[in-house]
Amino acid sequence: MSLQVLSIIVVGLTFALYIGIAIWARTGSTSEFYVAGKGVNPVLNGMATAADWMSAASFISMAGLIAFLGYTGGAYLMGWTGGYVLMALLLAPYLRKFGKFTVPEFIGDRFYSKTARVIAVISLLVISITYVIGQMRGVGIAFSNILNVPLTIGLISGMVIVFIYAVFGGMKGITYTQIAQYCVMIFAYTVPALFISFQLTGNPLPQLGLGSTLVGENQYLLQALDETLVDLGFQPYTEVRGMSMTNMFMLTLSLMIGTAGLPHVIVRFFTVPRIRDARKSAGWALVFIAILYLTAPAVGAMSMWNFINTMQPGEVGAPEGNVAVENLPAWTDRWEETGLLEFTDKNDDGHIQYYNDGNEEFAQMAEQEYGWEGNEVTKLDRDIMVLATPGIAQLPNWVIALVAAGGIAAALSTAAGLLLAISSAISHDLIKGVIKPDVSEQGEMMAARISMGAAILFAGYLGLNPPGFAAEVVALAFGFAAASIFPTLMMGIFYRKMNREGAIAGMLAGLGVTLLYIFTYKGWFFFPGTNMLPDTAEYWLLGINTGSFGAVGAAVNFIVAFAVAKMTTPPPADIQKLVESVRVPRAD
Amino acid sequence: MSDPNQLQERRNEYWRRNLKIIGGCLAVWAIVSYGLGILLAPALNAIQIGGYPLGFWFAQQGSIITFLIIIFFYAWRMNKLDREFEVDEQ
Repeated sequence: MSLQVLSIIVVGLTFALYIGIAIWARTGSTSEFYVAGKGVNPVLNGMATAADWMSAASFISMAGLIAFLGYTGGAYLMGWTGGYVLMALLLAPYLRKFGKFTVPEFIGDRFYSKTARVIAVISLLVISITYVIGQMRGVGIAFSNILNVPLTIGLISGMVIVFIYAVFGGMKGITYTQIAQYCVMIFAYTVPALFISFQLTGNPLPQLGLGSTLVGENQYLLQALDETLVDLGFQPYTEVRGMSMTNMFMLTLSLMIGTAGLPHVIVRFFTVPRIRDARKSAGWALVFIAILYLTAPAVGAMSMWNFINTMQPGEVGAPEGNVAVENLPAWTDRWEETGLLEFTDKNDDGHIQYYNDGNEEFAQMAEQEYGWEGNEVTKLDRDIMVLATPGIAQLPNWVIALVAAGGIAAALSTAAGLLLAISSAISHDLIKGVIKPDVSEQGEMMAARISMGAAILFAGYLGLNPPGFAAEVVALAFGFAAASIFPTLMMGIFYRKMNREGAIAGMLAGLGVTLLYIFTYKGWFFFPGTNMLPDTAEYWLLGINTGSFGAVGAAVNFIVAFAVAKMTTPPPADIQKLVESVRVPRAD
Repeated sequence: MSDPNQLQERRNEYWRRNLKIIGGCLAVWAIVSYGLGILLAPALNAIQIGGYPLGFWFAQQGSIITFLIIIFFYAWRMNKLDREFEVDEQ
């Protein structure tokens, strides 16, 4: 059976599983549709939250970024997990006590202001739409790989499926479907990692394999990887590379704060049965997330190792040391068809050299001594690394198909959830709540569907011309969340005297400055070619890259809100009393 | 319930204790990730744990494990505090 047919069957089977569970669970109870997770065991709820949270960025993109960033890729690992600490300690129990259902609702009530609610809705839209762009890219790559078509066609098929999936309805809200998605995802991620770790190091546990010696050799994997990369003109894997340490610090901070400010994740803690559970459920979610996140570093390093050894099976500089064009393995053909991988034999020696031609000293030496005329892997999209990993390691076809199904599960579950959040924010919070309260039910549904369709088209278009790799785009969404939602929620709980004026000014300033910074380098509304400055280090303010700027936006939000609150009248007594009561678990 | 002022005083004390616990947890959170995982990582990389340079290990494994411990510790500690101050859910 060909790989393509096998992949389609595996993906189809997982879809059938989700739909089957959705139908089975729906007949059981309809109320679950509205309140995800109520009455569900906190452990299972944590699993569902993990599926909700881990998207194409975590599954498809992150390990690929780590493969190229090495040690510095830890910013993504720490950032996307450390935010759960902030969520569990600073937000979850109090939001649960407050007992509202959406984040804009909480902000509107706590700051006794419709304006604040509208600004929260706008922040939510900016965050979610940016997030969906990253997912669309992930979905597009997965589909173009399965169907063996160029990225554009893969993306369009992905858009159609996401649309049907999201419109099909509250399927997303059903915890059991998400539990199934989590299982598919984690199985698909860890199985190839176990295989590869065992192949390379003899230790099947990737977390230990990454710290082990290579099979039949005395050298540690990471040490060997460092040396091989240096031999090819790159920076060593275990040291700072690809971004400055300042940016690594700021990116970690932005991602952490952003994680704790993501509306569609926060909502899950509104609905756990008890406050005790709210504290713990963030922990359970992180347990299931950590299973993937502790495996990703091994996937990154090992796929880099395998990739380099595929390109450079022999000695560096030897005429036959590089892979011959006719000997390129089958997985490369598949990816060349998607247009995301490309080889160019620049020096016509019939072999492909992969090295760092940006390192001038090394490139010069390589040209004189080895006759190399530039890096011949002319295109290598980082987002293909995870999906290509099983192919690179020559694992059986069913594993390759499984990984594709896992990637699609990750992207679909998150994209559909975000689209539902977008459409409900527009139709429920904005149209029904503020603009036209007397809108009919059909009118509300219509607005929901139209906004969903528009969001998919917009995100799909930008998924074709993305402002970065999936994980980088998603990092921008976290920057927006860090600058707008988190500081406002935190001050709403921890600073009793924070008032309407302060919160509004803080959100506007934080989100505004972050939008301005990111659009300056990435283009207005991310449309390619509309950026005002090139997106390179010499133009960045204080050398801070766009993905790391959310931490600055959060600081601006805090400072402005604080200053404005000091200058204006404190909130009314009943609001202050409300804050007091939110701080204590017992109801009274 | 007893005198409302006394109750308020108890609640303020509960909140102060909570803030202290949060402060301690966040200190560990920051030291492990930003300290050991980033700022001190180049220096720590001189130490090897198996095949892992230590700073690299903190950035890609150790910090995540620490985050998990912090969350479960906080949940356990706060549930205890809730009972101590009789503000737990009935």
